[in-house]
Amino acid sequence: MSEAVAAQPGRAPLVEMRNIRVAFGGVHAVDDVSIALYPGEVLGLVGGNGAGKSTLIRTLSGAHRADSGEILVDGQPQAIGNPRDAKALNIECIYQTLALADNVDAPANVFLGREMTSSWGVLDDGAMEDATRRVMGRLNPKFKRFKTPVKSLSGGQRQAVAIARAVHFNARIMIMDEPTAALGPAETAQVRHLIQQLKNEGLGIFLISHDIHDVFDLSDRISVMYHGRLVGTVRKADVTPDDVLAMIILGKRPDEATREELAELHP
Amino acid sequence: MADALTSTPAPAHGADRGSNRLRGALAATEIDLRLFGMLVALVGILLGFHIMSGGKLIQPANMITLAVQASGVAIMATGMVLIIVSRNIDLSVGSIVGVVAMSYALLMTDWLPALGLGLDTPFQWLVALVIGLGIGALIGGFQGFLIAYVGIPSFIVTLGGLLSLRGTVWLMSSGAAVSGLQTEFRKIGGGVLGSIGETATWVVAGVACLAIIGLIVYNRRQRQRFGFPVRPMWAEVLLGAVGCAAAVGLSAVANSNYLPPGLATQYALEHGIIEPPGGLKVPLGFPWPVLLVMFATLAMTFLATRRRFGRYVYAYGGNPDAAELAGINTRWTIMKTFILMGVLCAIAAAIGSARLNGATLNVGQTDELYVIAAAVVGGTSFAGGIGTIPGAVLGALVMQSLQYGLSFNQVNSPTQNVVAGIVLILAVAFDTYNRRRGSAR
Repeated sequence: MSEAVAAQPGRAPLVEMRNIRVAFGGVHAVDDVSIALYPGEVLGLVGGNGAGKSTLIRTLSGAHRADSGEILVDGQPQAIGNPRDAKALNIECIYQTLALADNVDAPANVFLGREMTSSWGVLDDGAMEDATRRVMGRLNPKFKRFKTPVKSLSGGQRQAVAIARAVHFNARIMIMDEPTAALGPAETAQVRHLIQQLKNEGLGIFLISHDIHDVFDLSDRISVMYHGRLVGTVRKADVTPDDVLAMIILGKRPDEATREELAELHP
Repeated sequence: MADALTSTPAPAHGADRGSNRLRGALAATEIDLRLFGMLVALVGILLGFHIMSGGKLIQPANMITLAVQASGVAIMATGMVLIIVSRNIDLSVGSIVGVVAMSYALLMTDWLPALGLGLDTPFQWLVALVIGLGIGALIGGFQGFLIAYVGIPSFIVTLGGLLSLRGTVWLMSSGAAVSGLQTEFRKIGGGVLGSIGETATWVVAGVACLAIIGLIVYNRRQRQRFGFPVRPMWAEVLLGAVGCAAAVGLSAVANSNYLPPGLATQYALEHGIIEPPGGLKVPLGFPWPVLLVMFATLAMTFLATRRRFGRYVYAYGGNPDAAELAGINTRWTIMKTFILMGVLCAIAAAIGSARLNGATLNVGQTDELYVIAAAVVGGTSFAGGIGTIPGAVLGALVMQSLQYGLSFNQVNSPTQNVVAGIVLILAVAFDTYNRRRGSAR
């Protein structure tokens, strides 16, 4: 079940990460991993704690440099050295921590690092609030607190602000790291709906999650990582959640696992 | 803040309906309650000492003296806010003032004359001033570089700066005090020599009024442009009226500060005026240091709230990782806060050396403590991300009023320090309590 099996013929990948390696000290956090993402596709990225999912994805968002390997966007090799480089390629990342500046308001967070200015470089807060109102109208129509520091917003509202940032800047490649981890049921449903919507608009989405059901419901393909390695990438239609679970826990593809190992998982 | 209009304003503790209505009205004006509270505290402190002194403290001459005395610390506090907001500290400001003040003195009396620019050269002072500002920026920039790019904690870098720069002052002049600056330069220090006079003071008041009204109209238009909720009209008018009244009032105070009688007689003789009975009243108007404080407050507030740089400083203070992940060049932002601090120190040094007509070895000594205290009393939080520039300026005025009021009432200087220390701690304790109450809902 190699990359070729999962690839969709006739379409060029949006992003390809080839042979990515990242080491912290002597530990290989990401060891020779290659994955590809296609337009209009959700690729689930799963694995246990410390499997290297976040680290891998941080090399794509520019938060961390890969020690070796190649990143291709639209078939072109790109050097992504910092978050600015990634954003310039329309790669937007919604981090698990949300990466919001708690002490400033929603528009300031949405436009952080890419502020709108009027002539003479003066911040155009009106225009930024207006744009934020528009995006939030799509994501969370009930949201009204545009002037309060995001610290005092609820978990779902904060999540919406983080997503608004990615949506407003026309992401083509979106990375969502545990987007529903901190949310209640209603808000989770909202995020799931949004992922569907963005997918239909032709974005490519990396979805990182601990929650196997989330991943199974939303993804088209699933990549499993284990101790920094890529165990494999499977099409959702070809596997059951138990198969994926086995991959996560054993670090082996279902066809490689022994009967005993599988039996141990289902006592 | 606009939310307060639609939802219940602030957590309502107790069932005090009257105070709730007042709070609602205050919220409509979108006045920063914290700043307002500090202003009330400042007036309270002054009134208290006024009564203690048997009604002698509050008069134009004293208020102007107080403001001039606070000017150096106030100017530096505007920069310290940005440093503390971005989770750093600068302990070296007093020593930077020392080095730059000594530089001004030596430039004017020694170095520039050696290059053929004697004390009698017109605008020699300006050359010295520009070089001094450059020295301030360089020192700040160098420390900022060590902090932002090399990664040494700011506490350590600026503690080193505090020690080594103070030593540098001694080395620069071989331990001697230097005096005799250009007369034009000495105006920066204020006093009889360095005040702008009656007419110019009224012009300042007029410009300020126009600016206040212009700003209110501009902000309202900006919000209307996008159909956002605006302040009620009465609140706009009230704000404009209060702002203009404050500008005119301050100018009136400055213009009620007259030339001392002896000098007035001399002035009358020089200008061929026959002195009226009771002496000639020559209004002095705003002294330059006070104008510099106003300018620094406006310029720094603009930088902090209307420019990307300021936004990045606050965002970094709120969450350094988020700022980095948003693609902000955080290192350069931090380095810039220290460059700015250095320049503000150089301005404070100009005021200090101009007032002394020279420089001694201890110009600016312990200033760092008062600057940090002013920023903190003004609401700047060491947790990062919180603090305002007008708050810090008010903080500087509060601290200076305490000192001035106590010494006016013949309280000795060790006791003044005891009071200043206690007030610093109380102010922060009060703030911490308020914030905790505010966020606990």
